[in-house]
Amino acid sequence: MSVKVVIIGAGHGGVQAAASLREEGFEGEIVLISEENDLPYQKPPLSKGYLQGKQSEEAILFRSPHFFQNNQIDLRLGVNIAQLDTVGQLVITKEGETIDYTHLILATGAANRKLTMEGAADVLYLRTLADAKAIAHRLETARKIAIIGGGFIGLELAALAQEKGKEVSVIEAQSRLMERVLPAVISDVFQKTHEHNGVQVYLNTLTKSIDNHCVITKDNKKIEADLILAGIGVIPQTSLAEEAGISCENGILVNEFQQTSVANIYAIGDCANHYNAFAQKRLRLESVQNAVDQAKTAVNHVLGKAQPYHAVPWFWTNQYHLKLQMAGISAGFDRYVLRGDVDADKFSVYYFQENRLIAVDSLNRPADHLNARKLLAAQISPTDAQIGDLNVNLNQLLG
Amino acid sequence: MPKVIYIENNGTEHQVDLPLGATLMEGAVQNDIKGIVAECGGSCMCATCHIYVDEQFMGLLPEMEEEENEMLEGATAERMSNSRLGCQVRISNKLDGVIVRIPEKQ
Repeated sequence: MSVKVVIIGAGHGGVQAAASLREEGFEGEIVLISEENDLPYQKPPLSKGYLQGKQSEEAILFRSPHFFQNNQIDLRLGVNIAQLDTVGQLVITKEGETIDYTHLILATGAANRKLTMEGAADVLYLRTLADAKAIAHRLETARKIAIIGGGFIGLELAALAQEKGKEVSVIEAQSRLMERVLPAVISDVFQKTHEHNGVQVYLNTLTKSIDNHCVITKDNKKIEADLILAGIGVIPQTSLAEEAGISCENGILVNEFQQTSVANIYAIGDCANHYNAFAQKRLRLESVQNAVDQAKTAVNHVLGKAQPYHAVPWFWTNQYHLKLQMAGISAGFDRYVLRGDVDADKFSVYYFQENRLIAVDSLNRPADHLNARKLLAAQISPTDAQIGDLNVNLNQLLG
Repeated sequence: MPKVIYIENNGTEHQVDLPLGATLMEGAVQNDIKGIVAECGGSCMCATCHIYVDEQFMGLLPEMEEEENEMLEGATAERMSNSRLGCQVRISNKLDGVIVRIPEKQ
């Protein structure tokens, strides 16, 4: 039987999988299915260049409209999948159409976690281009904007709204911004910068309800807003897999080749719960890097060139003049060493666990970031003195 | 629309018209030029849209910012005097006919 690959989801992972199959010389059928009506586009610019008005809709497309046709990738837009038949090897659409496969790649991503309190129906979230368009439309007239959640998305939205001259409030339940992933030394720079630009930051603040252009907090503060946005995390899209009996636990469980509990079904990207050697545990990663590299891993396995997933995780966020690039997974660090100048917003944080370098966050130090990815891949840990001395070129450690 | 001539690492040449204001990275990706990865989508974050710009056009390019300069230091292929990141160079009429070579690796 000839090989036919069906990919569900046309985000970074799904599109990369289709493109990589052709780049690697695969000549069989490829079907790429998206529930969205828009041509596949990149998500990171939505909360940055696109909503800032610096990047057009065309500029954030992954590929030209011709790409899919030229590469014989059967792109199906606006198609919802109802069910997987893992025995008959069929994907069944909501309209009842069946699409057969020999290999299925689930790149279903994640959906926004939504607020459920009273009045929450008025809140907008950002995930898709359609979401971004809705927000852009409301931003035209909104004056006061409240953002629930001081994570990456919430803060990127806060920065761009502030730059558009809006009155912006950020409401965060934890005691610091981006607390889950960053140490205080970095959170503090971001908070200071947001406040300096005029954003009102509320920490340790839980939202009780939303009422008539107002966010009401648990401690009964009233924060007025004519547009309320929230970025409070995501939920992996696993229902198709779960209903088909594929093992799931905080995502779709995969092995080092991205195979799920059904051998010819793969999962990649935000929805895939994998063992990550750099985190030394199972987790899901929500990042472009992870989606792209897992797509390549799955494709290689489909084509019989098995190479286990082993890529250094990296992430980024842009807010005002702050460009933060993260390499590795810093959770579980027992100490860190600084390089550069904290007061000038230009420094990197090198995280260690039992004297082993596990992650580096670089703020406006892009060369450190690229170097860090190489150090982590090669498992090289610089000394404290080398990190602290800007005259030491850390690239020399790479040999 | 200004023309750009992209030369892939294997020598394949593509002549394409780019709308004013598009970046050389966007032009490559949108026209299926091989060898530009552009993983971060044009945020100057990943150094995977490294290009070599024909020397005669170097003086006409927008000036390089410090962050691009630093990212190029970490690019995979060798940095040369005519290295740029494609996402940081927007096409303009004076760049009409610019020749852009793609390195072997990103």
